[in-house]
Amino acid sequence: MPTAAVAIEIDCIEKSYGPRRAVDGLSLEIERGEVFGLLGPNGAGKTTTVEILEGYRSPDAGGVRVLGCDPVADGPALRPRIGVMLQSGGLYPGIRPLEALQLFAAYYDEPDDPQRLLELVGLDDVGRTLVRRLSGGQYQRLSLALALIGRPELLFLDEPTAGMDPHARATTWDLVRSLRADGVTVVLTTHGMDEAEQLCDRIAIVDHGKLVALGTPSELTNGQTSNDLRFRAPTGLDAAGLATALRLAPGAVVELHPGEYAVSGEPTPALVADLAAWWRDHDVHIGELRVGRRSLEEVFLRLTQEGRP
Amino acid sequence: MSAVPPVSTTVTSASAADARKATSRRRARGVMAQTKVELALTLRRGESLLVSMLIPLGVLVFFSKVDAISSVKDPVAFLVPGVLALAVMSTAMVSLGIATGFERRYGVLKRLGSTPLSRGGLLAAKTLNVLVIEIVQTVLIVAVGAALGWDVTWRVIPALGVLLIGTVAFAGIGMLMAGTLRAEANLAAANALYLFLLFTGGMAYPLDKLPGVAETIARALPAAALAESVRGVLDPGRGFASGEFVVLCLWAVAMPLAAARWFRWEE
Repeated sequence: MPTAAVAIEIDCIEKSYGPRRAVDGLSLEIERGEVFGLLGPNGAGKTTTVEILEGYRSPDAGGVRVLGCDPVADGPALRPRIGVMLQSGGLYPGIRPLEALQLFAAYYDEPDDPQRLLELVGLDDVGRTLVRRLSGGQYQRLSLALALIGRPELLFLDEPTAGMDPHARATTWDLVRSLRADGVTVVLTTHGMDEAEQLCDRIAIVDHGKLVALGTPSELTNGQTSNDLRFRAPTGLDAAGLATALRLAPGAVVELHPGEYAVSGEPTPALVADLAAWWRDHDVHIGELRVGRRSLEEVFLRLTQEGRP
Repeated sequence: MSAVPPVSTTVTSASAADARKATSRRRARGVMAQTKVELALTLRRGESLLVSMLIPLGVLVFFSKVDAISSVKDPVAFLVPGVLALAVMSTAMVSLGIATGFERRYGVLKRLGSTPLSRGGLLAAKTLNVLVIEIVQTVLIVAVGAALGWDVTWRVIPALGVLLIGTVAFAGIGMLMAGTLRAEANLAAANALYLFLLFTGGMAYPLDKLPGVAETIARALPAAALAESVRGVLDPGRGFASGEFVVLCLWAVAMPLAAARWFRWEE
Protein backbone atom coordinates (compact mmCIF):
# COMPACT_ATOMS: atom_id res chain seq x y z
CA MET A 1 0.00 0.00 0.00
CA PRO A 2 1.49 3.34 -0.97
CA THR A 3 0.46 5.10 2.20
CA ALA A 4 1.66 2.44 4.63
CA ALA A 5 4.83 4.41 5.33
CA VAL A 6 2.94 7.66 5.87
CA ALA A 7 1.59 8.46 9.33
CA ILE A 8 0.16 11.90 8.63
CA GLU A 9 -0.85 13.70 5.47
CA ILE A 10 -1.65 17.40 5.68
CA ASP A 11 -3.12 18.72 2.46
CA CYS A 12 -3.22 22.47 2.11
CA ILE A 13 -5.14 23.22 5.31
CA GLU A 14 -6.41 26.63 6.31
CA LYS A 15 -7.85 27.75 9.64
CA SER A 16 -8.91 31.24 10.71
CA TYR A 17 -10.04 32.63 14.03
CA GLY A 18 -12.10 35.66 13.10
CA PRO A 19 -9.96 37.83 10.86
CA ARG A 20 -6.72 36.15 11.97
CA ARG A 21 -5.50 33.34 9.74
CA ALA A 22 -3.73 30.87 12.04
CA VAL A 23 -2.92 28.26 9.39
CA ASP A 24 -2.58 29.38 5.79
CA GLY A 25 -2.30 26.63 3.21
CA LEU A 26 0.02 24.24 5.06
CA SER A 27 0.94 20.89 3.43
CA LEU A 28 3.17 18.24 5.01
CA GLU A 29 3.72 14.51 5.03
CA ILE A 30 5.01 12.83 8.16
CA GLU A 31 6.40 9.32 7.86
CA ARG A 32 5.80 6.45 10.22
CA GLY A 33 8.50 6.03 12.82
CA GLU A 34 9.98 9.49 12.52
CA VAL A 35 10.27 12.17 15.16
CA PHE A 36 8.94 15.25 13.46
CA GLY A 37 9.38 18.75 14.85
CA LEU A 38 7.12 21.72 14.20
CA LEU A 39 9.08 24.87 14.89
CA GLY A 40 7.86 28.42 14.76
CA PRO A 41 7.51 31.62 16.75
CA ASN A 42 4.50 32.14 19.03
CA GLY A 43 1.33 32.40 17.01
CA ALA A 44 2.83 30.69 13.97
CA GLY A 45 0.01 28.13 13.89
CA LYS A 46 1.83 25.15 15.45
CA THR A 47 -0.76 24.36 18.11
CA THR A 48 -3.67 24.92 15.73
CA THR A 49 -2.10 22.47 13.27
CA VAL A 50 -1.52 19.86 15.96
CA GLU A 51 -5.06 20.28 17.30
CA ILE A 52 -6.46 19.72 13.80
CA LEU A 53 -4.46 16.46 13.65
CA GLU A 54 -5.75 15.46 17.11
CA GLY A 55 -9.35 15.99 15.99
CA TYR A 56 -10.05 18.99 18.24
CA ARG A 57 -10.83 21.29 15.32
CA SER A 58 -11.68 20.96 11.67
CA PRO A 59 -9.77 22.94 9.04
CA ASP A 60 -11.74 25.60 7.14
CA ALA A 61 -10.24 24.24 3.91
CA GLY A 62 -8.01 21.34 2.93
CA GLY A 63 -7.86 17.99 4.67
CA VAL A 64 -5.75 15.76 6.89
CA ARG A 65 -5.35 11.99 7.27
CA VAL A 66 -3.91 10.64 10.48
CA LEU A 67 -2.97 6.92 10.42
CA GLY A 68 -5.31 6.69 7.46
CA CYS A 69 -8.24 8.20 9.36
CA ASP A 70 -10.10 11.49 9.33
CA PRO A 71 -9.42 12.70 12.89
CA VAL A 72 -12.94 14.09 13.37
CA ALA A 73 -15.16 11.64 11.45
CA ASP A 74 -13.12 8.54 12.42
CA GLY A 75 -12.30 9.78 15.92
CA PRO A 76 -13.56 6.69 17.78
CA ALA A 77 -11.31 4.45 15.67
CA LEU A 78 -8.32 6.78 15.82
CA ARG A 79 -8.29 7.80 19.51
CA PRO A 80 -7.20 4.40 20.89
CA ARG A 81 -4.11 4.62 18.63
CA ILE A 82 -2.82 8.10 19.52
CA GLY A 83 -1.38 9.73 22.60
CA VAL A 84 -1.80 13.43 23.29
CA MET A 85 0.10 15.83 25.53
CA LEU A 86 -1.53 19.25 25.53
CA GLN A 87 0.51 22.43 25.80
CA SER A 88 -0.99 23.11 29.21
CA GLY A 89 -3.65 21.83 31.57
CA GLY A 90 -5.69 18.70 31.18
CA LEU A 91 -5.53 17.22 34.68
CA TYR A 92 -7.97 17.17 37.58
CA PRO A 93 -6.37 19.23 40.39
CA GLY A 94 -7.81 16.83 42.96
CA ILE A 95 -6.52 13.58 41.47
CA ARG A 96 -3.28 11.73 42.37
CA PRO A 97 -0.76 10.81 39.64
CA LEU A 98 -1.08 7.04 40.10
CA GLU A 99 -4.86 7.33 40.21
CA ALA A 100 -4.87 9.38 36.99
CA LEU A 101 -2.72 6.78 35.22
CA GLN A 102 -4.95 3.95 36.45
CA LEU A 103 -8.03 5.86 35.25
CA PHE A 104 -6.58 6.49 31.80
CA ALA A 105 -5.37 2.86 31.61
CA ALA A 106 -9.02 1.77 31.86
CA TYR A 107 -9.85 3.59 28.60
CA TYR A 108 -7.51 1.38 26.54
CA ASP A 109 -7.49 -2.30 25.60
CA GLU A 110 -3.82 -3.02 26.24
CA PRO A 111 -2.54 -0.22 28.43
CA ASP A 112 0.95 0.15 29.76
CA ASP A 113 1.55 -0.43 33.47
CA PRO A 114 0.75 2.74 35.48
CA GLN A 115 3.45 2.09 38.08
CA ARG A 116 6.08 1.45 35.39
CA LEU A 117 5.22 4.73 33.60
CA LEU A 118 5.31 6.63 36.86
CA GLU A 119 8.86 5.40 37.42
CA LEU A 120 9.80 6.03 33.80
CA VAL A 121 9.01 9.75 34.09
CA GLY A 122 10.52 9.93 37.58
CA LEU A 123 7.31 10.57 39.54
CA ASP A 124 7.25 7.40 41.65
CA ASP A 125 7.91 9.38 44.83
CA VAL A 126 4.90 11.68 44.25
CA GLY A 127 2.47 9.01 42.99
CA ARG A 128 0.06 9.81 45.83
CA THR A 129 0.47 13.59 45.93
CA LEU A 130 -2.49 15.65 44.69
CA VAL A 131 -1.90 17.05 41.20
CA ARG A 132 -2.48 20.58 42.45
CA ARG A 133 0.61 20.24 44.67
CA LEU A 134 2.92 19.14 41.83
CA SER A 135 5.50 21.53 40.38
CA GLY A 136 5.12 22.69 36.78
CA GLY A 137 7.74 20.22 35.59
CA GLN A 138 6.16 17.32 37.49
CA TYR A 139 2.78 18.22 35.99
CA GLN A 140 4.30 18.11 32.50
CA ARG A 141 5.90 14.74 33.18
CA LEU A 142 2.55 13.34 34.35
CA SER A 143 0.93 14.67 31.17
CA LEU A 144 3.62 12.87 29.20
CA ALA A 145 3.05 9.60 31.09
CA LEU A 146 -0.71 9.89 30.45
CA ALA A 147 -0.04 10.38 26.74
CA LEU A 148 1.90 7.09 26.76
CA ILE A 149 -0.51 4.95 28.84
CA GLY A 150 -2.38 3.58 25.81
CA ARG A 151 0.84 2.46 24.04
CA PRO A 152 0.18 4.85 21.14
CA GLU A 153 1.41 4.34 17.57
CA LEU A 154 1.47 8.09 17.18
CA LEU A 155 2.30 10.61 19.87
CA PHE A 156 1.60 14.36 19.84
CA LEU A 157 3.69 16.47 22.19
CA ASP A 158 2.88 20.18 22.29
CA GLU A 159 5.88 21.93 23.85
CA PRO A 160 6.66 18.91 26.04
CA THR A 161 9.63 20.31 27.95
CA ALA A 162 8.33 23.84 28.61
CA GLY A 163 8.72 24.45 32.36
CA MET A 164 10.89 21.37 32.94
CA ASP A 165 14.22 21.58 34.74
CA PRO A 166 17.30 20.38 32.79
CA HIS A 167 17.20 16.97 34.45
CA ALA A 168 13.55 16.35 33.57
CA ARG A 169 14.22 17.61 30.07
CA ALA A 170 17.02 15.08 29.63
CA THR A 171 14.71 12.30 30.90
CA THR A 172 12.07 13.37 28.40
CA TRP A 173 14.54 13.43 25.53
CA ASP A 174 15.73 9.92 26.40
CA LEU A 175 12.12 8.80 26.51
CA VAL A 176 11.39 10.21 23.05
CA ARG A 177 14.51 8.51 21.69
CA SER A 178 13.46 5.15 23.10
CA LEU A 179 9.93 5.60 21.69
CA ARG A 180 11.49 6.27 18.32
CA ALA A 181 13.54 3.09 18.66
CA ASP A 182 10.25 1.24 19.28
CA GLY A 183 8.85 2.62 16.03
CA VAL A 184 6.46 5.17 17.53
CA THR A 185 5.82 8.23 15.37
CA VAL A 186 6.25 11.44 17.35
CA VAL A 187 5.05 14.90 16.36
CA LEU A 188 6.34 17.61 18.65
CA THR A 189 6.18 21.37 18.70
CA THR A 190 8.88 23.31 20.43
CA HIS A 191 10.57 26.66 20.86
CA GLY A 192 13.80 24.97 21.82
CA MET A 193 16.21 24.82 18.92
CA ASP A 194 18.46 22.48 20.88
CA GLU A 195 15.49 20.21 21.46
CA ALA A 196 14.60 20.13 17.76
CA GLU A 197 18.20 19.59 16.73
CA GLN A 198 18.74 16.82 19.30
CA LEU A 199 15.52 14.89 18.83
CA CYS A 200 13.99 15.40 15.43
CA ASP A 201 14.58 13.40 12.28
CA ARG A 202 12.94 16.18 10.30
CA ILE A 203 11.84 19.68 11.12
CA ALA A 204 9.25 21.96 9.58
CA ILE A 205 9.64 25.65 10.32
CA VAL A 206 6.30 27.45 10.11
CA ASP A 207 5.57 31.15 10.31
CA HIS A 208 2.28 33.00 9.83
CA GLY A 209 0.63 29.60 9.25
CA LYS A 210 2.87 28.82 6.28
CA LEU A 211 5.69 26.34 5.78
CA VAL A 212 8.96 28.24 5.40
CA ALA A 213 11.48 25.39 5.60
CA LEU A 214 11.47 21.60 5.77
CA GLY A 215 14.28 19.12 6.20
CA THR A 216 16.60 17.27 8.52
CA PRO A 217 18.45 19.43 11.02
CA SER A 218 21.66 19.12 9.00
CA GLU A 219 19.87 19.90 5.72
CA LEU A 220 18.49 23.05 7.30
CA THR A 221 21.86 24.21 8.58
CA ASN A 222 24.07 23.02 5.71
CA GLY A 223 24.61 25.34 2.78
CA GLN A 224 23.91 28.14 5.18
CA THR A 225 27.53 29.21 5.54
CA SER A 226 27.69 32.58 7.09
CA ASN A 227 30.37 35.05 6.21
CA ASP A 228 31.38 35.78 9.73
CA LEU A 229 33.22 34.37 12.63
CA ARG A 230 32.10 34.62 16.21
CA PHE A 231 33.89 34.22 19.46
CA ARG A 232 33.32 34.69 23.15
CA ALA A 233 35.91 36.43 25.26
CA PRO A 234 36.10 38.91 28.16
CA THR A 235 34.14 42.11 27.56
CA GLY A 236 35.80 45.37 26.52
CA LEU A 237 38.38 44.10 24.03
CA ASP A 238 39.77 46.69 21.62
CA ALA A 239 37.56 45.82 18.64
CA ALA A 240 38.96 48.53 16.36
CA GLY A 241 42.54 47.50 17.18
CA LEU A 242 41.70 43.88 16.41
CA ALA A 243 40.16 44.89 13.08
CA THR A 244 43.35 46.74 12.17
CA ALA A 245 45.49 43.74 13.16
CA LEU A 246 43.35 41.56 10.91
CA ARG A 247 43.74 44.09 8.07
CA LEU A 248 39.95 44.65 8.00
CA ALA A 249 37.88 47.85 8.04
CA PRO A 250 37.70 49.36 11.57
CA GLY A 251 33.98 48.45 11.89
CA ALA A 252 34.50 44.82 10.87
CA VAL A 253 34.83 43.65 14.46
CA VAL A 254 31.92 44.37 16.77
CA GLU A 255 30.95 43.29 20.26
CA LEU A 256 27.38 42.09 19.59
CA HIS A 257 26.53 41.43 23.21
CA PRO A 258 28.84 41.85 26.18
CA GLY A 259 31.60 39.29 25.63
CA GLU A 260 30.33 38.10 22.24
CA TYR A 261 32.26 39.33 19.21
CA ALA A 262 31.57 39.05 15.49
CA VAL A 263 34.27 39.39 12.84
CA SER A 264 32.91 40.16 9.36
CA GLY A 265 35.27 38.68 6.87
CA GLU A 266 35.90 35.55 4.85
CA PRO A 267 37.01 33.04 7.53
CA THR A 268 40.18 32.02 5.70
CA PRO A 269 42.93 30.03 7.48
CA ALA A 270 45.08 33.17 7.37
CA LEU A 271 42.40 35.25 9.11
CA VAL A 272 41.95 32.60 11.81
CA ALA A 273 45.74 32.48 12.33
CA ASP A 274 45.94 36.28 12.61
CA LEU A 275 43.09 36.24 15.07
CA ALA A 276 44.78 33.60 17.20
CA ALA A 277 48.03 35.57 17.11
CA TRP A 278 46.22 38.68 18.36
CA TRP A 279 44.66 36.69 21.21
CA ARG A 280 48.13 35.36 22.12
CA ASP A 281 49.69 38.84 22.03
CA HIS A 282 46.89 40.28 24.20
CA ASP A 283 46.60 37.22 26.47
CA VAL A 284 42.91 36.77 25.61
CA HIS A 285 41.31 33.55 26.83
CA ILE A 286 38.40 32.75 24.57
CA GLY A 287 35.29 30.82 25.59
CA GLU A 288 34.00 29.75 22.20
CA LEU A 289 34.91 30.09 18.53
CA ARG A 290 32.39 29.42 15.79
CA VAL A 291 32.79 29.76 12.09
CA GLY A 292 30.99 28.76 8.92
CA ARG A 293 27.84 26.73 9.48
CA ARG A 294 24.96 28.60 10.99
CA SER A 295 23.26 27.11 13.98
CA LEU A 296 19.65 26.03 13.62
CA GLU A 297 18.76 28.98 15.81
CA GLU A 298 20.29 31.41 13.33
CA VAL A 299 18.50 29.71 10.43
CA PHE A 300 15.27 29.88 12.37
CA LEU A 301 15.66 33.54 13.27
CA ARG A 302 16.61 34.48 9.74
CA LEU A 303 13.65 32.59 8.22
CA THR A 304 11.05 33.79 10.68
CA GLN A 305 12.18 37.40 10.87
CA GLU A 306 12.03 38.10 7.15
CA GLY A 307 9.38 40.64 6.35
CA ARG A 308 9.06 41.75 9.97
CA PRO A 309 9.66 45.31 11.06
CA MET B 1 -4.63 9.69 -2.45
CA SER B 2 -5.76 8.33 0.87
CA ALA B 3 -6.08 4.59 1.10
CA VAL B 4 -8.88 2.84 2.91
CA PRO B 5 -7.67 1.62 6.29
CA PRO B 6 -6.98 -2.10 6.08
CA VAL B 7 -9.82 -3.15 8.35
CA SER B 8 -13.55 -3.78 8.18
CA THR B 9 -13.72 -4.79 4.49
CA THR B 10 -12.40 -8.33 4.76
CA VAL B 11 -13.31 -9.32 8.29
CA THR B 12 -15.95 -11.94 8.78
CA SER B 13 -19.20 -11.09 10.52
CA ALA B 14 -18.19 -13.26 13.49
CA SER B 15 -15.00 -11.33 14.17
CA ALA B 16 -16.85 -8.07 13.51
CA ALA B 17 -19.25 -9.06 16.28
CA ASP B 18 -16.26 -9.91 18.48
CA ALA B 19 -14.75 -6.51 17.75
CA ARG B 20 -18.01 -4.80 18.62
CA LYS B 21 -18.20 -6.77 21.84
CA ALA B 22 -14.62 -5.83 22.70
CA THR B 23 -15.39 -2.17 22.02
CA SER B 24 -18.46 -2.18 24.24
CA ARG B 25 -16.52 -3.99 26.98
CA ARG B 26 -13.83 -1.34 26.77
CA ARG B 27 -16.44 1.44 26.90
CA ALA B 28 -18.11 -0.08 29.95
CA ARG B 29 -14.73 -0.45 31.68
CA GLY B 30 -13.86 3.18 30.92
CA VAL B 31 -17.21 4.47 32.17
CA MET B 32 -16.94 2.47 35.41
CA ALA B 33 -13.38 3.71 36.09
CA GLN B 34 -14.46 7.27 35.28
CA THR B 35 -17.46 7.00 37.63
CA LYS B 36 -15.26 5.71 40.44
CA VAL B 37 -12.84 8.62 40.06
CA GLU B 38 -15.65 11.18 39.73
CA LEU B 39 -17.13 9.89 43.00
CA ALA B 40 -13.74 9.97 44.74
CA LEU B 41 -13.18 13.55 43.55
CA THR B 42 -16.67 14.55 44.73
CA LEU B 43 -15.94 13.12 48.18
CA ARG B 44 -12.63 15.01 48.27
CA ARG B 45 -14.43 18.34 47.74
CA GLY B 46 -15.70 19.13 51.21
CA GLU B 47 -17.69 22.20 50.18
CA SER B 48 -19.59 20.22 47.58
CA LEU B 49 -20.56 17.59 50.15
CA LEU B 50 -21.68 20.37 52.48
CA VAL B 51 -24.03 21.73 49.83
CA SER B 52 -25.38 18.36 48.81
CA MET B 53 -25.68 16.61 52.18
CA LEU B 54 -25.66 18.97 55.15
CA ILE B 55 -27.75 21.87 53.87
CA PRO B 56 -30.82 19.78 52.91
CA LEU B 57 -30.66 17.85 56.18
CA GLY B 58 -30.13 21.08 58.09
CA VAL B 59 -33.20 22.65 56.48
CA LEU B 60 -35.24 19.55 57.32
CA VAL B 61 -34.24 19.45 61.00
CA PHE B 62 -34.26 23.23 61.57
CA PHE B 63 -37.66 24.01 60.06
CA SER B 64 -39.32 20.98 61.66
CA LYS B 65 -38.06 21.93 65.14
CA VAL B 66 -38.38 25.73 64.90
CA ASP B 67 -41.96 26.87 64.68
CA ALA B 68 -41.46 28.93 61.51
CA ILE B 69 -44.16 27.37 59.36
CA SER B 70 -47.04 27.27 61.80
CA SER B 71 -49.61 27.51 59.00
CA VAL B 72 -48.70 23.95 58.00
CA LYS B 73 -50.41 21.21 60.00
CA ASP B 74 -47.68 18.59 59.62
CA PRO B 75 -44.34 20.40 59.09
CA VAL B 76 -42.26 17.23 58.55
CA ALA B 77 -44.66 15.87 55.91
CA PHE B 78 -44.45 19.27 54.21
CA LEU B 79 -40.65 19.50 54.50
CA VAL B 80 -39.57 16.01 53.34
CA PRO B 81 -40.69 16.46 49.69
CA GLY B 82 -39.26 20.00 49.60
CA VAL B 83 -35.94 18.86 50.98
CA LEU B 84 -35.78 15.93 48.54
CA ALA B 85 -36.22 18.50 45.75
CA LEU B 86 -33.55 20.71 47.36
CA ALA B 87 -31.13 17.77 47.46
CA VAL B 88 -31.68 17.08 43.76
CA MET B 89 -31.10 20.74 42.97
CA SER B 90 -27.86 20.89 44.94
CA THR B 91 -26.39 17.71 43.45
CA ALA B 92 -27.58 17.91 39.84
CA MET B 93 -27.21 21.67 39.40
CA VAL B 94 -24.70 23.04 41.91
CA SER B 95 -22.22 20.19 42.48
CA LEU B 96 -22.27 18.87 38.93
CA GLY B 97 -22.23 22.33 37.37
CA ILE B 98 -19.41 23.78 39.47
CA ALA B 99 -17.22 20.68 39.12
CA THR B 100 -17.77 20.54 35.36
CA GLY B 101 -17.05 24.28 35.03
CA PHE B 102 -13.68 23.87 36.70
CA GLU B 103 -12.89 20.74 34.68
CA ARG B 104 -13.50 22.83 31.61
CA ARG B 105 -11.25 25.59 32.97
CA TYR B 106 -8.42 23.15 33.75
CA GLY B 107 -8.59 21.57 30.29
CA VAL B 108 -9.71 18.22 31.70
CA LEU B 109 -12.70 18.05 29.36
CA LYS B 110 -10.45 18.86 26.42
CA ARG B 111 -7.86 16.25 27.40
CA LEU B 112 -10.51 13.54 27.83
CA GLY B 113 -11.73 14.41 24.33
CA SER B 114 -8.64 12.80 22.80
CA THR B 115 -8.94 9.57 24.80
CA PRO B 116 -11.14 6.60 23.81
CA LEU B 117 -13.58 7.63 26.58
CA SER B 118 -16.13 9.36 24.38
CA ARG B 119 -18.11 12.41 25.38
CA GLY B 120 -21.03 10.04 25.77
CA GLY B 121 -18.93 7.95 28.15
CA LEU B 122 -18.00 11.01 30.19
CA LEU B 123 -21.65 12.11 30.41
CA ALA B 124 -22.66 8.58 31.44
CA ALA B 125 -20.07 8.62 34.24
CA LYS B 126 -21.24 12.04 35.43
CA THR B 127 -24.86 10.85 35.38
CA LEU B 128 -23.98 7.76 37.46
CA ASN B 129 -22.03 9.96 39.89
CA VAL B 130 -25.05 12.23 40.37
CA LEU B 131 -27.42 9.28 40.81
CA VAL B 132 -25.22 7.60 43.44
CA ILE B 133 -25.01 10.83 45.47
CA GLU B 134 -28.76 11.35 45.12
CA ILE B 135 -29.53 7.83 46.34
CA VAL B 136 -27.43 8.45 49.47
CA GLN B 137 -29.17 11.83 49.97
CA THR B 138 -32.62 10.30 49.56
CA VAL B 139 -31.92 7.51 52.05
CA LEU B 140 -30.57 10.00 54.60
CA ILE B 141 -33.46 12.43 54.16
CA VAL B 142 -36.11 9.70 54.45
CA ALA B 143 -34.33 8.28 57.52
CA VAL B 144 -34.05 11.68 59.25
CA GLY B 145 -37.65 12.45 58.27
CA ALA B 146 -38.80 9.16 59.82
CA ALA B 147 -36.82 9.97 62.96
CA LEU B 148 -38.66 13.30 63.09
CA GLY B 149 -41.99 11.48 62.93
CA TRP B 150 -42.76 11.29 59.20
CA ASP B 151 -44.82 8.30 58.04
CA VAL B 152 -42.69 6.64 55.35
CA THR B 153 -45.04 5.50 52.58
CA TRP B 154 -44.71 3.31 49.46
CA ARG B 155 -45.33 6.53 47.56
CA VAL B 156 -41.61 7.24 47.89
CA ILE B 157 -41.14 4.86 44.94
CA PRO B 158 -43.17 6.86 42.37
CA ALA B 159 -41.71 10.04 43.87
CA LEU B 160 -38.28 8.79 42.77
CA GLY B 161 -39.50 8.99 39.16
CA VAL B 162 -40.44 12.64 39.64
CA LEU B 163 -37.05 13.32 41.30
CA LEU B 164 -35.38 11.72 38.28
CA ILE B 165 -37.14 14.15 35.94
CA GLY B 166 -36.06 16.97 38.25
CA THR B 167 -32.49 15.67 38.03
CA VAL B 168 -32.60 15.93 34.24
CA ALA B 169 -33.91 19.51 34.44
CA PHE B 170 -31.36 20.71 37.02
CA ALA B 171 -28.43 18.87 35.43
CA GLY B 172 -29.37 20.63 32.21
CA ILE B 173 -29.23 24.03 33.98
CA GLY B 174 -25.93 23.17 35.68
CA MET B 175 -24.31 21.99 32.46
CA LEU B 176 -25.63 24.95 30.47
CA MET B 177 -23.95 27.36 32.91
CA ALA B 178 -20.79 25.22 33.21
CA GLY B 179 -20.37 25.08 29.45
CA THR B 180 -20.94 28.76 28.71
CA LEU B 181 -19.63 30.81 31.67
CA ARG B 182 -16.10 31.25 32.95
CA ALA B 183 -15.42 28.90 35.88
CA GLU B 184 -15.51 31.65 38.56
CA ALA B 185 -18.66 33.27 37.11
CA ASN B 186 -20.25 29.83 36.97
CA LEU B 187 -19.36 29.21 40.61
CA ALA B 188 -20.98 32.46 41.70
CA ALA B 189 -24.01 32.05 39.44
CA ALA B 190 -24.70 28.46 40.51
CA ASN B 191 -24.57 29.38 44.20
CA ALA B 192 -26.71 32.50 43.71
CA LEU B 193 -29.28 30.58 41.70
CA TYR B 194 -29.31 27.85 44.36
CA LEU B 195 -30.12 30.36 47.12
CA PHE B 196 -32.71 32.14 44.96
CA LEU B 197 -34.46 28.87 44.08
CA LEU B 198 -34.26 27.67 47.69
CA PHE B 199 -36.18 30.77 48.78
CA THR B 200 -38.67 30.73 45.90
CA GLY B 201 -39.04 26.97 45.54
CA GLY B 202 -41.63 26.23 48.20
CA MET B 203 -39.05 23.97 49.82
CA ALA B 204 -38.72 25.31 53.38
CA TYR B 205 -42.02 27.21 53.54
CA PRO B 206 -45.27 27.20 51.49
CA LEU B 207 -45.33 29.09 48.20
CA ASP B 208 -48.47 31.02 49.16
CA LYS B 209 -46.38 32.91 51.72
CA LEU B 210 -44.85 34.77 48.75
CA PRO B 211 -46.54 38.00 47.55
CA GLY B 212 -48.92 37.46 44.58
CA VAL B 213 -46.74 38.16 41.53
CA ALA B 214 -43.72 36.51 43.11
CA GLU B 215 -45.73 33.37 43.73
CA THR B 216 -46.84 33.24 40.08
CA ILE B 217 -43.25 33.62 38.88
CA ALA B 218 -41.98 31.09 41.40
CA ARG B 219 -44.48 28.49 40.20
CA ALA B 220 -43.05 28.74 36.69
CA LEU B 221 -39.52 28.00 37.94
CA PRO B 222 -38.17 24.43 38.14
CA ALA B 223 -37.57 24.39 41.93
CA ALA B 224 -41.22 24.98 42.90
CA ALA B 225 -42.37 22.75 40.06
CA LEU B 226 -40.24 19.88 41.41
CA ALA B 227 -41.06 20.44 45.10
CA GLU B 228 -44.81 20.69 44.46
CA SER B 229 -44.80 17.67 42.12
CA VAL B 230 -43.01 15.51 44.69
CA ARG B 231 -45.33 16.79 47.42
CA GLY B 232 -48.36 15.93 45.30
CA VAL B 233 -47.11 12.35 44.91
CA LEU B 234 -46.09 11.82 48.54
CA ASP B 235 -49.18 13.39 50.11
CA PRO B 236 -52.40 11.76 48.82
CA GLY B 237 -54.43 14.45 50.56
CA ARG B 238 -53.06 17.16 48.23
CA GLY B 239 -53.56 15.26 44.97
CA PHE B 240 -51.23 15.11 41.99
CA ALA B 241 -49.92 18.56 40.98
CA SER B 242 -50.43 18.15 37.25
CA GLY B 243 -49.76 21.81 36.36
CA GLU B 244 -46.44 21.86 38.21
CA PHE B 245 -45.55 18.47 36.75
CA VAL B 246 -46.01 19.79 33.21
CA VAL B 247 -43.83 22.82 34.04
CA LEU B 248 -41.15 20.47 35.42
CA CYS B 249 -41.23 18.32 32.28
CA LEU B 250 -40.84 21.39 30.08
CA TRP B 251 -37.71 22.42 32.01
CA ALA B 252 -36.43 18.83 31.76
CA VAL B 253 -36.70 18.96 27.98
CA ALA B 254 -35.59 22.55 27.39
CA MET B 255 -32.51 22.73 29.63
CA PRO B 256 -30.61 19.67 28.36
CA LEU B 257 -31.35 20.75 24.78
CA ALA B 258 -30.01 24.23 25.53
CA ALA B 259 -26.93 22.74 27.20
CA ALA B 260 -26.28 20.44 24.23
CA ARG B 261 -26.67 23.42 21.90
CA TRP B 262 -24.44 25.94 23.70
CA PHE B 263 -22.00 23.86 25.76
CA ARG B 264 -18.36 24.64 24.87
CA TRP B 265 -15.82 21.99 25.87
CA GLU B 266 -12.98 24.53 26.08
CA GLU B 267 -13.08 27.80 28.03
